[in-house]
Amino acid sequence: MSRVKNLQVLFKRYRRPGDIVFAWVLLAVSLFLLSQIFDQTAYKSGKKLFAQPRFWPAVSLSLMTGFAAFHLLGSLLSERIEGRWREVWLWVSSLEYAGWFIGYAMLVPLTGYLPTTIAFAVLLVLRAGYRSRAALLSAVASAFVIVLLFKTFLQVKLPAGKIYDALPDGLRQIMLNYF
Amino acid sequence: MEDLIAGAAMLARLDVIIALLVGSIGGVIIGAIPGVGPAVAIAILLPATFSLDPIVGLTMLLGIYGSSMYGGAIPAVLINTPGTAVNALTSYDGYPMTQRGEAHRAVSLAYSASFWGGMFGIFCLILLSPVLALIAPMFGSREIFLAALLGIILVVLAHRGQIMAAGMLAMFGIFLQTIGLDAVTYTQRYTFEMSFLTSGINLIVVVLGLFALSQAFFLLTAPDESPEAKPVQGKMTAGIKELMKHKRVATVASGLGVILGMIPGTGEFTAQFMSYTYAQKTSKNPELFGKGSPEGLIASEAANNAVPAAAMIPLLALGIPGEALTAMMLSVFYVHNVIPGPQLFQNNLDLVYGLYIALILLNIIVMVFLLFSTNMLTKIIRIPTRFLGVMILILSFVGVYSLRNSLTDVMLSAGFGVLGLILKRLNLPIVPIILGMVLGGIMEVKLRSALPRLKTPMDMIDRPIAFILFVMILLVIALHIRTLIKEYRTHQPDEDHNLHDTQMR
Repeated sequence: MSRVKNLQVLFKRYRRPGDIVFAWVLLAVSLFLLSQIFDQTAYKSGKKLFAQPRFWPAVSLSLMTGFAAFHLLGSLLSERIEGRWREVWLWVSSLEYAGWFIGYAMLVPLTGYLPTTIAFAVLLVLRAGYRSRAALLSAVASAFVIVLLFKTFLQVKLPAGKIYDALPDGLRQIMLNYF
Repeated sequence: MEDLIAGAAMLARLDVIIALLVGSIGGVIIGAIPGVGPAVAIAILLPATFSLDPIVGLTMLLGIYGSSMYGGAIPAVLINTPGTAVNALTSYDGYPMTQRGEAHRAVSLAYSASFWGGMFGIFCLILLSPVLALIAPMFGSREIFLAALLGIILVVLAHRGQIMAAGMLAMFGIFLQTIGLDAVTYTQRYTFEMSFLTSGINLIVVVLGLFALSQAFFLLTAPDESPEAKPVQGKMTAGIKELMKHKRVATVASGLGVILGMIPGTGEFTAQFMSYTYAQKTSKNPELFGKGSPEGLIASEAANNAVPAAAMIPLLALGIPGEALTAMMLSVFYVHNVIPGPQLFQNNLDLVYGLYIALILLNIIVMVFLLFSTNMLTKIIRIPTRFLGVMILILSFVGVYSLRNSLTDVMLSAGFGVLGLILKRLNLPIVPIILGMVLGGIMEVKLRSALPRLKTPMDMIDRPIAFILFVMILLVIALHIRTLIKEYRTHQPDEDHNLHDTQMR
């Protein structure tokens, strides 16, 4: 009994709720990736072991699986912390913001960098719970400054919006080049 | 001497000077805002610097790296929230001083100690340069392989109490860099017949996801906060006089910062803890530590500011980054086809000296800036956290999309953003993934190029430096096992602490 307790102590660490879920998922992912080693990597006859294209994926995935197993063992031996599923739900809810981000990236080539960035900033600030005029104005101003800094001055490589084609000649060229 | 002048001449350009100003002042501001750290800023700015000259891009990133800790001390002292990861110990003594009504003394001491540490680190770097230029060519493929291996082992073991998780994530990083078409045999590795995976997973995409997007998701999913810091009254130069009374502590702490900064994987945290412990043990008033001891504050700030210069040593001399920020900077070198390593000291010594001089200048600029602008920074601290999250999300888009205008990159980085959020919420480290990717790539290439000269496994360590590195690897592992056995026997393992969660900003 005391040995089990010592082992517990040895593996115990500062944990947060949801740790065990992550540990299980990571172990499952490692095992899945390791199981694909023969399908997803090649073995070249005549080459030394260390130069095989399979060598590093095999080493990293084997060790990752080992570490993941011990990490899970550590979680299993530690005390349960309340709030596991609430925490997992928070992880899932972050996908919403990932969706916003991808949506923003999809829209920029169509609706143009400047209009999309301003619209995105305002909508996201509203989504984040701000309602004051100061917050909305700050969002618009910040979005404008970001576009000005990166696209207008630094000329960072970003696509011009298709929507700009509908603009009159002079303005269209300016918007295509600088915004 | 010629190289030193050539290095200075490199900096005498308007674009470099602007980059230095933007980097150093921007770094202080970024450091002062809790919730954004140098890692987020460097990750976002990285792709934008690719179109600039290497010296311009590197100066700007170096400016952010070197100056963020100065800014980070402000919220650590005033509101007990470290602005950057490495200011955690500063709050131990800085905040109690603020509570006693000595905010001005604490802030000015923190600046002075930071300046001392920063300059000490750079002078060590300059003094060590001739030695490095001599030793660096002795590093062949097998030595660099062993040094990278040592780096990986240290990164894992440095995460005490989280070694299994750190090991798992470092291995995940090594695995990530193997995905795609193998450059030597032209065979596919873990592409699952998906064309976008053939070119591999880009480090910048991972870095942006894990550091920047994850921080945006973290702030947006947490309750809104708006930290309140009161303005500071008094002359900021007062700290310099007080620092002179504690020169010994400041110098030893800076020395520890330099030594630990040079060793990959250890960095600011270990340096801070060791300096703090040293200062407490040798102090006439050890009971004051944690309750507002000026010596504790000096030890912490001098140690962490000595690290950036020292961290440049393995990066420049061997091409091995010791932590996430230098790993990001490595990609700037690669993009411009300047490969850090032994040849850099032989062929581009002017660039190396240029970077040293830039480091000196940035410390001076930051110090002067802070003497006049501390109260302005206390206002910036008040930006609400969710608003900050929205801005990080918008800025991250520029970083990811400008890389190659790829929607797949955006999706991948969003995925890594969610992974980063989970790791942050779970108090697990992100750095091992990045270092695994970078050091894993180095290990694979160097082991392959060393192979033709190896007849037996013993040939791997038959050269002096390789042998020393091998002994160091064994020593590090042996020492760790010894510690584990000691903890097992005493039944009192070190309780893990909460500090790691600030390590990721």
